[in-house]
Amino acid sequence: MKYLDEYRDEKIARGIVAALERRATRPWVLMEICGGQTHTLMRYGIDEMLPAGIELVHGPGCPVCVTSLETIDKAIEIASRPEVTLISYGDMLRVPGSHSDLFHVKAQGGDVRVVYSPTEALKFARAHPERQVVFFAVGFETTAPANAMAVWQAKREGLWNFSMLASHVLVPPAIRALMSSSRNRVQGFIGPGHVCTVMGYREYEELIRQFRVPIVVGGFEPLDLLEAILMLVTQLEEGRAEVENQYVRSVTYEGNLLAQKVLAEVFEVCDRKWRGIGGIPESGLAIREEYAEFDADRIFGTEGITAEEPAECISAEVLQGLKKPTDCAAFGKRCSPENPLGAPMVSSEGACAAYYQYRRHLVTVGGSR
Amino acid sequence: MCLAIPGKIIKSEVQNGVRVGRVQFGGITRETCLDFVPEACVGDYVIVHVGFAISLVDREEAERSYEALESMGLLKAELASDLEDS
Repeated sequence: MKYLDEYRDEKIARGIVAALERRATRPWVLMEICGGQTHTLMRYGIDEMLPAGIELVHGPGCPVCVTSLETIDKAIEIASRPEVTLISYGDMLRVPGSHSDLFHVKAQGGDVRVVYSPTEALKFARAHPERQVVFFAVGFETTAPANAMAVWQAKREGLWNFSMLASHVLVPPAIRALMSSSRNRVQGFIGPGHVCTVMGYREYEELIRQFRVPIVVGGFEPLDLLEAILMLVTQLEEGRAEVENQYVRSVTYEGNLLAQKVLAEVFEVCDRKWRGIGGIPESGLAIREEYAEFDADRIFGTEGITAEEPAECISAEVLQGLKKPTDCAAFGKRCSPENPLGAPMVSSEGACAAYYQYRRHLVTVGGSR
Repeated sequence: MCLAIPGKIIKSEVQNGVRVGRVQFGGITRETCLDFVPEACVGDYVIVHVGFAISLVDREEAERSYEALESMGLLKAELASDLEDS
């Protein structure tokens, strides 16, 4: 497939690794934010190809993983109502709530359906005026415009049986929170390529001014990530702290202005609680007052729901890059994709799921790397 | 979820005031909303996320940056005869 296969070329990969070996004179700690990037790194063994001093830690770039426990409980409460059809992206179904998960609600007769696109949820709402259709909209800035379009179209058409339970999160405030933490070891970031395709990378300039940490916006294929790592290490070796763009075939400085426009039309910035990390100010998106008739949280009165996390899951530390999934006592034993204790084991972008799929053997060898 | 992949636009039309396309990803073709990429035409490649095209793949930038990557691969191959493969 064009624009994919050629970015998996092994010969070029080895060439970039060789360049890294020549360039790196000291150890460096780098973080990739986006879960899709974490999976590529694990799947292609890129972390194992890198010169010994370069360490990759994984950030909270999995919107499924950071969706607050309260939000999961709200979705479960809403989906349990007989008049509701809850429509969701696939990953959310197995994320554990306080007492249950959406998959169990479905198994017990709840009308829970999975879609690939919010467009399908709209189609369902049009075809079934007798159902209260609630779309469970989770995601970073990449997904927010598509979710916004669904609400915008619903209002335009007067599709009153459609509403959205929205829980979006924003990347720059998360980077700020990580960098502000006294436990932070990260010296350079691989920026999220598809978030920046939508938002551009203007916002990241303020971060580098404040924290003097280089950020290279990277793509998702092996060569993209290797090239981004090379660009980061080059900056670090040269003492620079700039925002650079590796993913030039998709990302521009301004981003996609039309997508940003519809996002701003429907959503406004709000404070948001990130599962595992806690509250981060101005790090989420909520549905604006003008679209209140499409806000499921208001319609179903779920605003008051609160929740407590289970004790054994260390997802908080995994999401902040402080521990690896293989550091967890439950990893691969009491916690697995079939029986997840926390969200990072469930999501296709979660670090624990990535490690389970590609690095499980490390646990039997006696611990993490 | 930031999983988005490049696909080729093979058809484009307006439905209910929304620009909708058929986009081909390898062997699969999916309906895709093209409202965020008005400059994209049939034959162009777009990056698609949850059924929405979020960018038009910049062919020139892609080619230019790929050439730089290729030269790294070639250089390594040239050096391989003198160095241990690592």
